[in-house]
Amino acid sequence: MSTPADAETVTTRTRPVGAAIGLLVVVGLALVPLFVAPYETTIIGRILIFALLAVSLDLLVGITGLPSLGHAAYFGIGAYTAGWLTINVTAEAPIPLLAAAGAGALAAAATGWLAVRSGGIFFLMLTLAIGELIFQLAQSWESVTGGSNGLYGIPAVQLAGSPLVLAGLRYWYVLAVFLIGYAVLRLVSASPFGAVLRGIRDNEPRMRSLGYSPFRYKLVAFVLAGAVAGLAGGLLTAQQRLVTTADLGFTTAALALLAVVIGGAGTLWGPCLGAALVVLIRDALGPRLDGHGPLVLGLVFILTVYLLPRGFAGLAGLRFRRRPAEPA
Amino acid sequence: MIVDWFDTNLVSILNGFAIGSLLFILAVGLSIVFGMMDVLNLAHGALYLAGAYLGYQFAGDTSSWLGFGTALGAAALVGLLAGGVLSTMTEPLARRPHLDQALLTLGVALVVAELLAISYGNDVLRVNAPPGLNESVQVFGRTYPAYRLALIGVGLMIAIAVYVVVERTTIGALVRASVADRDMVSALGVDNRKVKLAVLGAGSALAAVAGVLGGPIYGAAPGLDETVLILALVVVVIGGLGSIKGAFIGALVIGQVESLGRALVPDLASFMLFGALALVLIVRPRGLFGAKAAG
Repeated sequence: MSTPADAETVTTRTRPVGAAIGLLVVVGLALVPLFVAPYETTIIGRILIFALLAVSLDLLVGITGLPSLGHAAYFGIGAYTAGWLTINVTAEAPIPLLAAAGAGALAAAATGWLAVRSGGIFFLMLTLAIGELIFQLAQSWESVTGGSNGLYGIPAVQLAGSPLVLAGLRYWYVLAVFLIGYAVLRLVSASPFGAVLRGIRDNEPRMRSLGYSPFRYKLVAFVLAGAVAGLAGGLLTAQQRLVTTADLGFTTAALALLAVVIGGAGTLWGPCLGAALVVLIRDALGPRLDGHGPLVLGLVFILTVYLLPRGFAGLAGLRFRRRPAEPA
Repeated sequence: MIVDWFDTNLVSILNGFAIGSLLFILAVGLSIVFGMMDVLNLAHGALYLAGAYLGYQFAGDTSSWLGFGTALGAAALVGLLAGGVLSTMTEPLARRPHLDQALLTLGVALVVAELLAISYGNDVLRVNAPPGLNESVQVFGRTYPAYRLALIGVGLMIAIAVYVVVERTTIGALVRASVADRDMVSALGVDNRKVKLAVLGAGSALAAVAGVLGGPIYGAAPGLDETVLILALVVVVIGGLGSIKGAFIGALVIGQVESLGRALVPDLASFMLFGALALVLIVRPRGLFGAKAAG
């Protein structure tokens, strides 16, 4: 959790290796529906969706240094927006997704101006409170969200007029959007804008004295993270065709943060691995434990804090630590 | 005119005070631990829930003073022990970023809530008020549950007790000094860890006791831990970290927002909570009585 700077230098230094591994992973993921049963394919799709949420959260936690415990709110808002649009307006492919991303961004802007005034633990408390208020709103606004019953009976998403009913096709749709979302965040992270965000994370007063407005940068990062979280929420709707209040609740927000911490904050790829572990425990192992997956997740959380302060990415960093790290 | 208004909304206003009482008992521990040690204890809500289930365990079947008293005592004991465990668990992380400690307590909260759900199931369980308090009384011509009136009284008593301990005793001076400048207190030869252990223990005991006290109103059910944690956090943020006066005023305000606000404009209840939070933070970024720099 501490400073992920080392891990970053590792990824930049080993770029050819990293790119090759990335390419292999993408090819492997694309081949999944051809070799894996539909149920398992759906689980991997869920991992991708949760990974996109975790990566968007990593933009805040790892890169900007803003630990959020309310990020599921924007995920859920995106999911509800996509669901409502698919039922009432159109199921034609990019529209529900774009609307979901837009709704996530709007909600993040409406609440972010308040949240990003603070930092550190204070930010954690504020986002937690904001997330819970949005959760309550979703529960009480029954005409739109279906209240505690959830939003169900959502038609399958359509691509050029034909609905994506097969698990494999839906999976490719999820994978394509995931890759776009991931690429956007990767580019943002590598851009000068991303460098300013890291500067704010490491030394906010210095960035301010250099003439940057931390408030503005943090707010843009917050809105961007909200937009990508909303996009992930739109994907969730396309995948499971059901949205419940649990999707924007505290547990989802906590698990997203867990995925970031387990994987290694600030690396973007680490949180994807963390998300895979979280979803596997929750959705694959959980049913075998009478739905008490959260118990295992809580234990994993505790162990991670003690044993893996930098997550999986920290473990990968151990191998490369022979090379002297550049001064930050 | 105003008298009429009070008359119509009397029940809501009284409910607001009862909720405020409960929130103060819950939030004051959270606030002091946070203000002093920068340890955000996200397991605070889980401790409340553990207290609520203790209330069900001892006062779930029948209404008796013995059962309710036993539940209160057991909750205080369990809270103290849990505070000790939490203090010990966070000790190895003392040199790491404060976020790590918050994450640790979050993991503990998930585990505790899940263990409670495994033991007690997902239904809402009843906690009985002790005899004499489990009936209604007349207040200005309206019937009102006697237990809630008693809760307001208990909240006031605890508030006074905490105020006297923190503001008028040597131990309290130590706590206040630790909130103001922990390193200086440490340099004067006071073992920080012991102060943290004591404060975390007392705060956790109060949270568990609040669970028993809130039992006759809210019962015991999964998910309650999150609800009360959020309300307590809002109270702490509004009141200012480490301030007892702040926790008191914040609890009263949020109590009324939750009760009177919900009664007057039910559709906007969630917005009002956020609105209150936003308003206070814009005018006073560190909370109403917060002195220390935020974050």
